[in-house]
Amino acid sequence: MVLLTRKIEFAASHVYNNPNLSAEENRRIFGKCNNPHGHGHNYTLEVTVEGEPDPVTGMVLDLKELKEILEREVMQRMDHRHLNYEVAELAGQIPTCENVARVIWQLLEPKITQGRLHRVRLYESPDLFADCYRNGANAAGKS
Amino acid sequence: MNNALKIELGRRYRFSASHRLHSLHLSEEENCRVFGKCNNPHGHGHNYVLEVSLSGNVDPATGMIANLADLDVFVGRQVLEEFDHKSLNEDVAAFRDRVPTTENLCIEIYQRLKSFPKAKLERIRVQETGNNSFEYAGEDLEGDHR
Repeated sequence: MVLLTRKIEFAASHVYNNPNLSAEENRRIFGKCNNPHGHGHNYTLEVTVEGEPDPVTGMVLDLKELKEILEREVMQRMDHRHLNYEVAELAGQIPTCENVARVIWQLLEPKITQGRLHRVRLYESPDLFADCYRNGANAAGKS
Repeated sequence: MNNALKIELGRRYRFSASHRLHSLHLSEEENCRVFGKCNNPHGHGHNYVLEVSLSGNVDPATGMIANLADLDVFVGRQVLEEFDHKSLNEDVAAFRDRVPTTENLCIEIYQRLKSFPKAKLERIRVQETGNNSFEYAGEDLEGDHR
């Protein structure tokens, strides 16, 4: 099996606030991520696909096709958007790195038909990221 | 769906420390041969990058596996305060009789972090320079995916 990873970047804003908690609790739990008007990040997304290289093309999947899937499913939905208000799949969820990574997995997984989605890694900053992968797979996703 | 997926949280920290690779079990010549310039008597230093990976349930109320503020305090107390701007050989008890290679450093840091109470420590990765890094996920790898 070979792993192939493609990286894209997008910029988005978000705010962490749980309406079921008091203002004080929100402040205590989320700190500055609770600032009322939100804030933004340059996100880096690494999408790893697993599979066997096709004997004719030598490819696990056509990178051009993966690029188009990422453009359609992620960039058009999230780039230069507010994750709380403009991304329907995140409605009712706190748009943490963990939750956004899971939503991206759920968006991409059915669309990748050549090879199989192996891992989604979403960096909110160079020092903070979330990994989403199939239970039992290798999270390290050496690629 | 959620049971089929696993989510991990990764966080990077940085610390600078010095070390000298020197084994009490080897002669001067052997130390020099095995460790090369890493055996130079007064040691040298690195800017280490520590990557901590946690897993657990994403709390629906917070969207988080663990609150980063809790993790930062824990890693600060357990590792950074004791390692940053220190000599690993002289200032960290574990390296009095163990060579402070980054392999051993990984094991030591893992031991210090595995008791984090809010989530499961999956693994740690330590980058010694931009060109080499080491990972450790504990010893109970039976049935794991590695």
